[in-house]
Amino acid sequence: MKVLVAVKRVIDYNVKVRVKPDNTDVDLNNVKMAMNPFCEIAVEEAVRLKEKGIASEIVVVSIGPKVAQEQIRTSMALGADRGILIETEDKLESLTVARLLQAVVEKEEPQLILMGKQTIDSDNNQTGQMLGALTGMAQGTFASDVAIDGDKVKVTREVDGGLRIVTLELPAIVTTDLRLNEPRYATLPNIMKAKRKPLAIMTPADLGVTMESTQTLLKVVPPAERQAGIKVADVAELVEKLKNEAKVL
Amino acid sequence: MSILVIAEHDNATLKGATLNVLAAAAEIGGDVDVLVAGSGCQTVVDAAAAVAGVAKVLVADNAVYEHQLGEVMGDLVANIGTGYSHILAPATTTGKDLLPRAAALLGVNMLSDVIEVVAADTFSRPVYAGNAVATYQSNDAIKVLTIRATGFDAVAATGGSATIEAVDFVSAYGKSVFLSEELAKSDRPELTAAKVVVAGGRGMQNGDNFAMLFDMADKMGAAVGASRAAVDAGFVPNDLQVGQTGKIVAPELYIAVGISGAIQHLAGMKDSKVIVAINKDEEAPIFQVADYGLVADLFDAVPELDKLV
Ligand SMILES: Cc1cc2nc3c(=O)[nH]c(=O)nc-3n(C[C@H](O)[C@H](O)[C@H](O)COP(=O)(O)OP(=O)(O)OC[C@H]3O[C@@H](n4cnc5c(N)ncnc54)[C@H](O)[C@@H]3O)c2cc1C
Repeated sequence: MKVLVAVKRVIDYNVKVRVKPDNTDVDLNNVKMAMNPFCEIAVEEAVRLKEKGIASEIVVVSIGPKVAQEQIRTSMALGADRGILIETEDKLESLTVARLLQAVVEKEEPQLILMGKQTIDSDNNQTGQMLGALTGMAQGTFASDVAIDGDKVKVTREVDGGLRIVTLELPAIVTTDLRLNEPRYATLPNIMKAKRKPLAIMTPADLGVTMESTQTLLKVVPPAERQAGIKVADVAELVEKLKNEAKVL
Repeated sequence: MSILVIAEHDNATLKGATLNVLAAAAEIGGDVDVLVAGSGCQTVVDAAAAVAGVAKVLVADNAVYEHQLGEVMGDLVANIGTGYSHILAPATTTGKDLLPRAAALLGVNMLSDVIEVVAADTFSRPVYAGNAVATYQSNDAIKVLTIRATGFDAVAATGGSATIEAVDFVSAYGKSVFLSEELAKSDRPELTAAKVVVAGGRGMQNGDNFAMLFDMADKMGAAVGASRAAVDAGFVPNDLQVGQTGKIVAPELYIAVGISGAIQHLAGMKDSKVIVAINKDEEAPIFQVADYGLVADLFDAVPELDKLV
């Protein structure tokens, strides 16, 4: 079975982003970039399916600038077989991303599509569900377990109340949550091997998709700062402060 | 303007988050209808009709909606949503699952986790794990939004008398089937609605030690939360995770025990009114957001605190 994995290049999760002084956006100049952690989990899950003999081919797709090739190469070092970069410098809105992925899905006809539940830049948590709508496929969002069973996939989903298990007809879309797996690190030989794996580059126009934007970013500001607090000497002082100063006990 | 709000419920009770979404709807202004989709959900319908400010409750009571699967809900919301200027749902796992699907079916973009209504077409939302707040103007024909409950004070649950109307549309989607559910059962207040939250991290060392926090929480009428590290390690189940990718809480009092204060954790709790941190490492970043910090071994401090609250 062919598995398609979508990955995004985002700010590294260890970096604390800063807002530009003119409040037009965040400052991503000279900031360390990496694969979105949820996408890494998606790649890892695909590789595990291949190791189990369930997946036959893993195709990884990314949408973004030329340098997003790095994240595709990383995916290939982790075990993906080939890559597709849809190159664009434009700002990406979820619906456009979903339309581009839809075009790739129509070409590649994967049986399973794995993607992160959200990216840690926009924190949208939308694209998988939108792709589900456009392709008519079922969606197993926020997955903490994925089990292929013939022409179906059983997905355990992390929901507010606990866990929920659904069965989806393949082809289907699964979006990953944190506890689905723990991604491996790429080894040096695999990083070298990844350099020779095929990577196709195309444009949105090649896929017949026009880049549309329906949202105008008006301003970006830092969040409200909290007042610096105090250190208390012991539990007795803590309780006294909570009772008499903060009045929350 | 006319606004459709998707009710959050479990076929028995209308969840509080719906009232926060209705507050956001009131700020946008216009007629507000509520959609209750479920199975055998009449008590929810009655509760929704009683909420102040609701004009009409639309009811899709059918077995296909029993579990509110994203696929059938997406179909339903897209079907009845065309007549509205805005469609709103709470930013819960149910809302996040269904609303993007509905938006794409309607051919529009959406905004997630809205915390402020600036104008009828302009909204603010946190991005980058809450390290920035972005304001967007939406040019979509229908504005589709999930609302973060902590951004809006709930409207009154009573005082209204909405009309009730049945919806005929039944989704024929069959590729997704509900199998089972393991829901946490607890008499404690819901994490996202609790006035006090006691949260534990990796410093708790194991699941058994969390009993200390549960005991103290019960005394205080508090909910228990956790960091990702504590959930990943299997100390407590996933529904307790607070943070960027877990639950967003803003209680009157948040007590962080053995939690270092990673940005991803802070994203879920830094709007709490009063934050207490108990950590043995005085350099822990959690102290930068704590109103009251106690540098101590939690295994000494928590039992002592438990006696005094
Ligand atoms: C994509 C992504 C999403 C994430 N989402 C979330 C999220 O939603 N929520 C979340 O919480 N995290 C999230 N994380 C993880 C986050 O980065 C941190 O790893 C996590 O919050 C750390 O949890 P912790 O503070 O319990 O553990 P640690 O960072 O290990 O901190 C443990 C703390 O306990 C203290 N301690 C240890 N023993 C004692 C003792 N005896 N007495 C007192 N103090 C003690 C230590 O000094 C330390 O400060 C996410 C990470 C990624 C990459």
